[in-house]
Amino acid sequence: MKGTILRLGFAGLVIVALMMAGRASSSGATAADEKPATEIKIDNFSFSPNAITVPVGSTVRWTNHDDVPHNVVNEDKSVKSKTMDTDENFSYTFTKPGTYTYYCSIHPRMTGKIVVQ
Amino acid sequence: MAGKPKDEILHDHNHDGIDRRGFLKCMAWAGTGALCIMQGGVLKSYSLSALSGLKEQHTKGEFSFVQISDSHMGFNKPANTDVAATLKAAIDKINALPAPPSFMLHTGDITHLAKPEEFDACEQLLKGASAKDVFYVPGEHDVLGDDGKQYLERYGKNAKGAGWYSFEQKGVHFIGLVNVVNLKAGGLGNLGKEQLEWMEQDVKHLSKSTPIVVFAHIPLWSVYPEWGWGTDDSAQALSYLKKFGSVTVLNGHIHQTMQKVEGNVTFHTAASTAFPQPKPGSAPSPGPMKVPAEQLRSVLGIRDVNYVPGKHALGVTDSTLE
Repeated sequence: MKGTILRLGFAGLVIVALMMAGRASSSGATAADEKPATEIKIDNFSFSPNAITVPVGSTVRWTNHDDVPHNVVNEDKSVKSKTMDTDENFSYTFTKPGTYTYYCSIHPRMTGKIVVQ
Repeated sequence: MAGKPKDEILHDHNHDGIDRRGFLKCMAWAGTGALCIMQGGVLKSYSLSALSGLKEQHTKGEFSFVQISDSHMGFNKPANTDVAATLKAAIDKINALPAPPSFMLHTGDITHLAKPEEFDACEQLLKGASAKDVFYVPGEHDVLGDDGKQYLERYGKNAKGAGWYSFEQKGVHFIGLVNVVNLKAGGLGNLGKEQLEWMEQDVKHLSKSTPIVVFAHIPLWSVYPEWGWGTDDSAQALSYLKKFGSVTVLNGHIHQTMQKVEGNVTFHTAASTAFPQPKPGSAPSPGPMKVPAEQLRSVLGIRDVNYVPGKHALGVTDSTLE
């Protein structure tokens, strides 16, 4: 009997250990499976693609390919990049659903839209 | 028309809107420079190639000043890897003028990224100019990152709001405006309510015979809105100047010379001392234009403005850095 209890106890420990391992591996898998950032190019004074739809939790990365600086600012300034000089980039992870219209506050004719759902 | 010098353009001040033909012809000169003289309500423009004999006559005024623009200190891309050298060439050109100018106007984009060392570099070089006083207005590059705080600390001590001000020089009233802050999504340059109210009060007491010079970075006329080359509320500002007989508007931003006459107002944009930009609509975007190295200085330049009292006119000469 004693041996059985010990064995059960051991089995219980193994199960707990497996569960913990499962948790660990599941969070590890999340990191490994994390989607790469959705890329938006800044080229010729425009955002390309100009309008995109992404799931909540997505990261969007803007990269400036122009010879002049640009930035990214949305209406309520909750998304606001630093000034991006040539080849610099800015990433933002959208954690709340909604429609984000943004522009370059240096060249306000440059506008774009991100729908997070 | 007999005896009219070749390349002369006459603008009819009673003509409403853009003289398309004249406008396009002026554009064709972009980079080669032009002399503009306004007399009795008629603007005469000459290409620099036709300048001989004219220049002497029109540098003998009450006073003259020089406009420089878009020095973009810190820019180092292929369109010009040495903007300090071309600014220096502009200063050499100023120092070679027959009569030293009374002062300089810098119509913005002093720097490329609003870094302190970029402002310092421009100031240092301008100390070598024969004209010691420089009156600035900011370009959008000078207010990056801090909404113009640093610009105001350096140049806005006696200015209002985001850096606007006015001053008198030998009977001419100069107004420096700021149209590069608080820009709205989808919009153009913007002056804003506070600045417009100030301007209305600023010119109210002036007699209608006072010559007015307005200077700002982004053009105060609609050059090419598709590229942001215009100012949303400029019509409001210009409405305050209707009573005046002579109004000259000097802008930068578009890195090429252009002129237009509308009613009592003559508009000019200046060349950059750093790099050229394409003609409106001639390229996918208004980004820096690469030209062969040996041509660069022919598309950069300075502007010399000469005031002759009683002539109702400012003589405007654009020179390339060659």
